[in-house]
Amino acid sequence: MDQLLQFVFSGLTVGAVYALVALGFTLIYNASDVINFAQGEFVMLGGMVTVFAHAAGMPLPLAAGLAVAVAIATGLALHRFAIEPARGADAVTLIIITIGASILIRGLAQIAFDRQFHRFPAFSGEDPIALLGATVLPQSLWVLGGAAAIVAALRLFMDKTLLGKAVRATAANRLAARLVGIDTALVLAIAFGASGAIGALAGILITPITLTSVGVGTLLALKGFAAAMLGGIGNPVGAVAGGIALGLLESLAAGFVSSTYKDAVAFLLIIAVLFALPQGLFGRRAIERV
Amino acid sequence: MPRLSARDATLLLLLAALVALPLLLPSSFHLRVASLVWIQALAAVGLNLLMGLAGQVSLGHAGFFGIGAYAVALGPRHLGLDPLLAAVVGLVGAAGLALLVGRPILRLRGHYLAVATLGLGVLVWLVLNSEVELTGGPDGIQVPRLVLFGMRVAGAESWYWISGTALLLGVWLALNLEDSPLGRALRALHDSEVAARVAGIDVARAKLVVFVIAAAYAALAGSLLALFNRFVTPQVADFLHSIELVSMVVIGGLGSASGAIVGAAILTVLPQALTVFHEYEQAVLGLLIILFMIFLRQGIVPGLASLTWRRAAA
Repeated sequence: MDQLLQFVFSGLTVGAVYALVALGFTLIYNASDVINFAQGEFVMLGGMVTVFAHAAGMPLPLAAGLAVAVAIATGLALHRFAIEPARGADAVTLIIITIGASILIRGLAQIAFDRQFHRFPAFSGEDPIALLGATVLPQSLWVLGGAAAIVAALRLFMDKTLLGKAVRATAANRLAARLVGIDTALVLAIAFGASGAIGALAGILITPITLTSVGVGTLLALKGFAAAMLGGIGNPVGAVAGGIALGLLESLAAGFVSSTYKDAVAFLLIIAVLFALPQGLFGRRAIERV
Repeated sequence: MPRLSARDATLLLLLAALVALPLLLPSSFHLRVASLVWIQALAAVGLNLLMGLAGQVSLGHAGFFGIGAYAVALGPRHLGLDPLLAAVVGLVGAAGLALLVGRPILRLRGHYLAVATLGLGVLVWLVLNSEVELTGGPDGIQVPRLVLFGMRVAGAESWYWISGTALLLGVWLALNLEDSPLGRALRALHDSEVAARVAGIDVARAKLVVFVIAAAYAALAGSLLALFNRFVTPQVADFLHSIELVSMVVIGGLGSASGAIVGAAILTVLPQALTVFHEYEQAVLGLLIILFMIFLRQGIVPGLASLTWRRAAA
């Protein structure tokens, strides 16, 4: 029982990160129909920039702020220089562009940083807290709290601000949004920038636990994509639920079945779910008009 | 004189390139790179049938490639099979896997199909990477030398001709398939599945057949690559290789067999050429992929073809 709880805690922690990556996917997909495989690189940038800025003597909060700024700038540049010029291209072409972008970002990061694994100290100490017979790292609470705060902030932004409503309108119908005077180019930029920020925050929160290196982005992007699809692509609630579910299952599988194949869980799960529900867990059935 | 059909022109052009290249290439290193191009092109030509003709994406095709590659490594080692027989086993195994998972997977569309094939590919890679006892794990494994007609195949030149012949046969088969009833059925369902179904095409079956064929192409290419390198690592089955294969097809031009070969040539030669950039290699590769996709969206071969056609019409 204690063991189960332990796996649940670690699953929730990892799941929160998957949820944030999936949320980033969803944000960009809703605004532009682009599946952004460079999403994992935002997470990598968040961790790596913080590590190196902190090592250069910057206080941790400032270093983290710089990392978020770098990721936002990367997201904006990705949109401006890679996605925007290819407007109207088909889905596969756009996927290849974002994968090309992720190779480019990783390549540049390799030059700027190094290939080692890094971490920085946890935000509030490393002593595990005993909870219901299991233990939790204080940083895990930071991850969960941070993820919840990000999701809540995004929700508030979408529901309460004019700009957020513009983003939602654009997601619902781009042409209609433009007709009522919404600046869809601005909305796209916001989506890419916000995705970058969310990814970077996820990277900053998780690095003290899992460490980071230039290569962490690829697998995170694949799993985040799986999580987003699990919830039904384009559905923010589904993305968060998919991410948490994925993290929990992965952790339980690693604990009770095989830690070698913990990475397989995400992909087995997504294939199994799609076999049963071809539109994802929360996706709506698409009807083709002939 | 009757005009050459596009099909015969493609085959003749490939044959001419095949014969002429050894005369132009200065060293056995270049011959080895050319062999690599033929092998990757074989996989790309198969994938093009699935993507270009039938319009179904696969982001996990390197999984089938990996099955072929590891068949010739593991068959001789663990079962005492002849490498050639092991390649056949790998081909049948990959086709069998495609047959098994093809029907439920191909029911999916668009991004859902992409993520399901991606998952399949990653699972194959994970098994190859994790079963250290069986596959040697991330460090890779030795592959025995190929024996053909009692002769051990060695040397860049032999491999050039073997891989070249395999590609020529593969392209010939692919072009025939495009002109067959199955090819027409696939083109029809590419345009509209509903319309194809109304016209009496068994859409699920047609998609399944082309998926199995594309998997067989990839497996054969994988076997050839492993035998050629005499060594194989799980990298042949990883996500990046799947993406390379898809990029070859798209960069060369979806739906064009010669495009797939051109795409394979570019993405195989480019990394060799980029080694002069040392640490900038990856960044430059990523940048070039983006630029190709932005500025040659149709793909190189169809892009050039429409350009010359326009000039001829003017």
